[in-house]
Amino acid sequence: MWQTFGFEFVNFYFIPGLVVGCIYALGAIGITLTFSILRFANFAHGEVMMIGAYFTWTAMTLAKTGLGLPLHPLVAAVPAVALAIGLFILVDRYFYKPFRSAPTIRVVMASFGMMLVIRSFVQSVWGPNQLTFVPGIARPNETVKSITNSYDLMILMPNKHFWIIAGTLTIMVALSWLLTKTKIGKGMRAVSDSPELAKVSGIDVEVIIRATWMVGGFCAVAAGVFLAMDLQMLETTMGFRMLLPMFAAAILGGIGRPFGAVVGGLVIGLAEELSVYPWLGDGPLLSPGYKTGVAFAIMIVMLVLRPSGLFKGRLF
Amino acid sequence: MDMLIGYSLYGISLLTVGGIYAILALGLNIQWGYAGLFNAGIAGFAAVGAYTFALLSTAPNPYHYGGLGLPLPFAILAAMILSGCIAFLIGLVCIRLRSDYLAIATIGIAEIIKLFLKNETDLTNGPRGINKIPRPWEHLSEERFYTKGPMSWVMDAASWDSFFDKLPNWWWQPFFCGSILLLVYVIYRFLEKAQRSPWGRMMTAIRENEGAAHAAGKHVTRRRIEAFVIGAMVMGLAGAMLSQHLKLIDPTNTFDPSKMTFLVWVMLIAGGSGNNKGAIFGAFLVWTIWSASEIFINSGLNIFGQLISDMDISLLKTRAGYLRMVVIGLLLQYILQKYPDGIIPESRPTSTGR
Repeated sequence: MWQTFGFEFVNFYFIPGLVVGCIYALGAIGITLTFSILRFANFAHGEVMMIGAYFTWTAMTLAKTGLGLPLHPLVAAVPAVALAIGLFILVDRYFYKPFRSAPTIRVVMASFGMMLVIRSFVQSVWGPNQLTFVPGIARPNETVKSITNSYDLMILMPNKHFWIIAGTLTIMVALSWLLTKTKIGKGMRAVSDSPELAKVSGIDVEVIIRATWMVGGFCAVAAGVFLAMDLQMLETTMGFRMLLPMFAAAILGGIGRPFGAVVGGLVIGLAEELSVYPWLGDGPLLSPGYKTGVAFAIMIVMLVLRPSGLFKGRLF
Repeated sequence: MDMLIGYSLYGISLLTVGGIYAILALGLNIQWGYAGLFNAGIAGFAAVGAYTFALLSTAPNPYHYGGLGLPLPFAILAAMILSGCIAFLIGLVCIRLRSDYLAIATIGIAEIIKLFLKNETDLTNGPRGINKIPRPWEHLSEERFYTKGPMSWVMDAASWDSFFDKLPNWWWQPFFCGSILLLVYVIYRFLEKAQRSPWGRMMTAIRENEGAAHAAGKHVTRRRIEAFVIGAMVMGLAGAMLSQHLKLIDPTNTFDPSKMTFLVWVMLIAGGSGNNKGAIFGAFLVWTIWSASEIFINSGLNIFGQLISDMDISLLKTRAGYLRMVVIGLLLQYILQKYPDGIIPESRPTSTGR
């Protein structure tokens, strides 16, 4: 049973789907928070993911050539997070804030413009070609392989997948603590529910907005670095390619529901990978070239049938 | 003399591509300026138009299906119709969505169209793209056109051959440019008429206050789909003209969202959304800035490269191209904040007509 179906299914479809799902989930958290607190779809979110991964690469390269110190991507991501959050806050201050009281569509347009500004900036600084993030082939973890093999359930998982799944879980636990236990998190939820009411009860909305960019920026850079670790390379279009599945995840989970976004991300990631499993006959169910289309199809179906998402999100 | 011809040919090509972008901006103006629909998938509709035209009009060849060699006007018409049909299907599902959701959905649709063009290699030759797309006027000098059909009734093949040999190789450029400018004018007149008609006033009413328009008995959804479909047809037409201009199209580079979708948005916002004159003016202005800045940057870098002879400037040139995009993006942000109505703001038709 395991040899004929399970081995291939779990190792080549389910685990990659879970890993991609974690990345989508982290990205979708930022999108859903911005959407519910600032009330607009931030198109530049994917690009901040991408530039975060480029910052990380730069930190790794500088440490290696300057100090001869091979840094783990997750260590090098620390300065990258700071830079990306700074970028988010600067962009908000100069390009989004002037439109706070204008019709939503103007700030959506501004974020659409920022998407291309950031991407073109990266292309002009780091060049349009792919960069190697982590060299070499990722081999499956030997310990896990031998232990699971002794139960006849061989699982092939490279270390990078452990890092991604464990990292996502840690961030989610921290996020749930932040949102439910701290003052700033409660403020974020209050502004998301009703900005006017939050304002009259003495919450400084601008502080909350900055906090939103920090949380969103942190999750975005984490997602970008995890994606770069998974692909082992960097591309300037990687953020844009993530944008649609992340929006799909945020809408699937319900706008303003960070944990809905996580569930949505996992569902979208698994659906994309499992759609190419040979469910019927020998060939893949869906040609792998169309994998991206799965997220889009789920998003459209959700928008038409149940726009509030799985977990009763906000409707605008 | 050669120099003069060179300069005027540059001017002509500037007008040609500017005209194609003006058609795209007019199409977007129907969707955004008239109806307030945020379409972020312009590249997708242009790609549908371009590929339909290319597949129907190219000569038969072994790389892809199609290659029907149809007369060009039929192929252009088919490009518009197919683009409109796709917009109709999308409109049925997505038109009710709030503006940002519609933007996300249209970005998605553009990506799916691109996936289709990339993956269906039998039909579209995949990432390698379609080559040898006939260009109006120039196509008359292709053998398959003058050996049969109306042209062969006038003169025989040999005399056509010697006739085209005598013409300078750029003879078709002014004609092609003229055709595109004529198209821009025709579409402009049509849209002006539409804007001043009851239909156009109703569109403005729906855009400004959907609830009131609905209460006044207007079929909001149907009108929006109409605007979306007409806009997409115009974009399909522009796509067909673009494929004629380029002669070689591929799904990734030709229909890059930053060059197609984004530039058209900058043009419309800069020129003035809701105003057809503004859309056309914005298209020519932004295209001139875009194209002239490339020449200035490249010649600047060439001088730089001559001063420092051991430097490879080709790398700098590609990087400078991206930097140009950053500047155009910042220009959009500036216009959005300082001149939200554009250079030529929208003018409402008065009740007494003009």
